[in-house]
Amino acid sequence: MLIRVAENFDQAPIDVLNNVLATKSALEAAQIPGVIELAPAYTTVALFCDPVRAIDAGAPIEDVFGWLEQRIQQALKSVAAPKAFGADRGRAGDNVPAYNSIEVPVCYDQEFAFDLDEVARTAGVHLKEVVDLHCGADYRVHCVGFTPGFPFLGGLPRQLATPRRDVPRKEIPAGSVAIGGRQTGIYPIKSPGGWNVIGRTPLQLFDPQKDPPVLLRAGDRVRFRSITREEFERATK
Amino acid sequence: MGRAGFREFGVSLGGALDPHALRVANLLAGNEESAAGLEITFGGLRLRFADDRIVVWSGGNFDVRIASTPLPVGHPVLVRGGEEFTIDSPAGGCRAWLAISGGIDVPVVLGSRSGDLRAGFGGVKGRLVRDGEEFPLGENMPRAKVLIEKLRTEKIARWKPPHDWSSPTRRSPVLRYLRGADSGRFVESALQHFSSEGFFVSPDSDRMGIRLDGARLERSEDVDLLSEAVAPGTVQVPPSGKPILLLNDCQTIGGYPKIAHVITVDLPIAAQLSPGDRIRFSEVSIRDAHALLLERERNLEQFRRGLEPHFK
Repeated sequence: MLIRVAENFDQAPIDVLNNVLATKSALEAAQIPGVIELAPAYTTVALFCDPVRAIDAGAPIEDVFGWLEQRIQQALKSVAAPKAFGADRGRAGDNVPAYNSIEVPVCYDQEFAFDLDEVARTAGVHLKEVVDLHCGADYRVHCVGFTPGFPFLGGLPRQLATPRRDVPRKEIPAGSVAIGGRQTGIYPIKSPGGWNVIGRTPLQLFDPQKDPPVLLRAGDRVRFRSITREEFERATK
Repeated sequence: MGRAGFREFGVSLGGALDPHALRVANLLAGNEESAAGLEITFGGLRLRFADDRIVVWSGGNFDVRIASTPLPVGHPVLVRGGEEFTIDSPAGGCRAWLAISGGIDVPVVLGSRSGDLRAGFGGVKGRLVRDGEEFPLGENMPRAKVLIEKLRTEKIARWKPPHDWSSPTRRSPVLRYLRGADSGRFVESALQHFSSEGFFVSPDSDRMGIRLDGARLERSEDVDLLSEAVAPGTVQVPPSGKPILLLNDCQTIGGYPKIAHVITVDLPIAAQLSPGDRIRFSEVSIRDAHALLLERERNLEQFRRGLEPHFK
């Protein structure tokens, strides 16, 4: 089931994000029978459920979704227009989605930045300005997907918006930081992709042996910091 | 059985493309229904066993042999240490699942033994099984040991599950679906085409999705959609107008409009589709979809109880 939190995203992306996160935590807290997991995205929270478990918990066979909908609405009554967001994870109160603030070091060296020239040309600025602009902004993770741990970040300075490549690359190295349209993101694992690569981070964004397995999750605040090639090499050792 | 619970981190469900077939095979082999098994695509596998095991296969129309004796689908068999299991290319369908008593004992990663080939973890070293590879099996459960003793003389059990349960290949497959969240974004004729015309399975299909050739499905508006959740069964339509039926290794979110969602009980049919196969889609109500799933689960429960005497 898809729960649509907002119809429009662009007008107030941060409000929508906060609403999505509040919706997700309220649904988690409600522990609705049959619910397997919740997956947030830009304007939606997807609720995955096992109808058989819901039926075993009392849902009528002829209207499992109606039964679930009632419980979802009940759970979401407590989600008021979010105002009190912004607590760091750990000191979050009830219904206040928490997030981490994470600094992501990026080496913007030519060798890693296949498309930095293209981004600079589109923006009409020098290479160094692209780096300054990219590092100067505050980003929020709106959702995680595409590949495990891939964060879709909002907050890219408008100037840096660059259309996706016409022909996607067959292979983009793990750690590549890239721009796709008005979003920026990081490829956690080697994969194909159509975004413009402007640098590389030594951080590991996805590690299946860890709990949680991802460095960044929906709601997290991100800033990029430019590092030298030497720093990059040291960090990956 | 796949890796549920990590979608918010972008981790695919994975697992057997026909989880029901593997569950049935596991129960017949004296395993927990969720034990790890092998998924075999287009056959061509030879396995040698180190010790005595109960083995059950399910899936398409394959020629399977144990030490040159044909092994019918869904029948538990005792394979002795040193004996070989072979599976040839299929005469129908394309996938088979093999349950081995004790299960395949690879490490549990993110709550599952399923391999995630795209992200390279889980399963056997996060990749396809290779020639000459050895992999560990778990210990036979007491019920499997009982069955091993019972099959010492007859070797192949005479009992099996109902035919449908272990071999879901169909001659003219129809996939039943619910309307997708974006069905309103298509022109009326696209929706009609979708439910009346046939589609052909394209060669570039895999465990992520089945690409379909056929009538071009036109959208009524040309707006970029924001990504939202997709799941196995989702039928999404990229700008080419050619639908893609997503399967277990699909990504967790997608930005293409979703025209339909194939119901869970019909995904095993999709798991058997090979390039060139022709399929049709047929709409059902959510109520029917739930009733069908409930019926399947209740039947499985009854089947499980019915098996008990064989393990005593």
